[in-house]
Amino acid sequence: MTDDKDVLRDVWFGRIPTCFTLYQDEITEREAEPYYLLLPRVSYLTLVTDKVKKHFQKVMRQEDISEIWFEYEGTPLKWHYPIGLLFDLLASSSALPWNITVHFKSFPEKDLLHCPSKDVIEAHFMSCVKEADALKHKSQVINEMQKKDHKQLWMGLQNDRFDQFWAINRKLMEYPAEENGFRYIPFRIYQTTTERPFIQKLFRPVATDGQLHTLGDLLKEVCPSAVAPEGSGRAGPAATAHGPSRSAARGIFPDRGTNPRPLHRQVDSQPLHHQGSPILTLISLFQSSG
Amino acid sequence: MAEEPESSLQLPPSIAAEGEGPTEVSPETATPEPPSSAAVSPGTEEPAGDTKKKIDILLKAVGDTPIMKTKKWAVERTRTIQGLIDFIKKFLKLVASEQLFIYVNQSFAPSPDQEVGTLYECFGSDGKLVLHYCKSQAWG
Repeated sequence: MTDDKDVLRDVWFGRIPTCFTLYQDEITEREAEPYYLLLPRVSYLTLVTDKVKKHFQKVMRQEDISEIWFEYEGTPLKWHYPIGLLFDLLASSSALPWNITVHFKSFPEKDLLHCPSKDVIEAHFMSCVKEADALKHKSQVINEMQKKDHKQLWMGLQNDRFDQFWAINRKLMEYPAEENGFRYIPFRIYQTTTERPFIQKLFRPVATDGQLHTLGDLLKEVCPSAVAPEGSGRAGPAATAHGPSRSAARGIFPDRGTNPRPLHRQVDSQPLHHQGSPILTLISLFQSSG
Repeated sequence: MAEEPESSLQLPPSIAAEGEGPTEVSPETATPEPPSSAAVSPGTEEPAGDTKKKIDILLKAVGDTPIMKTKKWAVERTRTIQGLIDFIKKFLKLVASEQLFIYVNQSFAPSPDQEVGTLYECFGSDGKLVLHYCKSQAWG
């Protein structure tokens, strides 16, 4: 893991330049200037937008303000998805900065979860970490940790402290030397082509014959529609892998030789331009990933 | 809150009589087809496993949260945790403003938009998914 430190750091500090604009129908007393921010890919929208909220609330009357929510080209942005995931899923082919519209009215109950406080984000984040550890280590590692360790993970994310976060997260990424990996690899596959939230299944890092599974193996098994048939001459769909813990690798296809474990540690590169092909986003469940 | 009959759980015939009421519970004679095709993934994505449209879940109360007389339910795979929370709240006649948390493995609370079918595949055992529900946060 130590060899990967530079990569982990680059992934952690991945940023998306973003321009926030107040929705045209929101009532203001003065003109609302747009607000620019570099969003951390591995974090959550409602965790890093306090300044955005303050900026727009300054020009609004108290009675016109209710829960803030964000939208991109008509799609409400789910705060409980990592920022990098939202961007890759919805906006990766558009020019930067990412133009996000800010709303204070007409909360889309059907599409978004409420986010009344940071505690809600923390609970969601910790739940994701726990779910991932249930798959990786039958929850043994997360359960052996103390409450203060859990807190440190969260504070590391909240305060953008790489070292603080990784001091604890390191333990969650370990596995016994005699084994070739986790019990199951925690992953989720998000697609723009479906309304369903994501695909998540049990997948072992090693095949029954002892061969290490590749990312291609995983996709073939759990999401065959995303994999172009061998030798079809057709470019495979674009895939993006995320995970602060594990990475963000892009443009994985058509190379199917990638092993899912090292994959987690590949570095984020320039976005592919997905042209009409289904975009499939693979994220490490590990925790907030981007 | 959504009131469509299709968003309610279906009761097994043996305990259908205990149900909340006709608007809550679809009769057993209802077809096993999924409520909407959009909610079900194409067969190519899930070659196996999706043939059985419903899964069994076991609901267990935690702490002082009221128990449900009927613990075992057959649920569509595409039902979300939120859908399940709404159902349990109605079943227990909780006020809409009361919170209800659902836990997997007595450990983590899946997000409300997560589908039970996915949880079943990853965390089910002995042909069923055990879920604990609680009016307060039971597991951090």
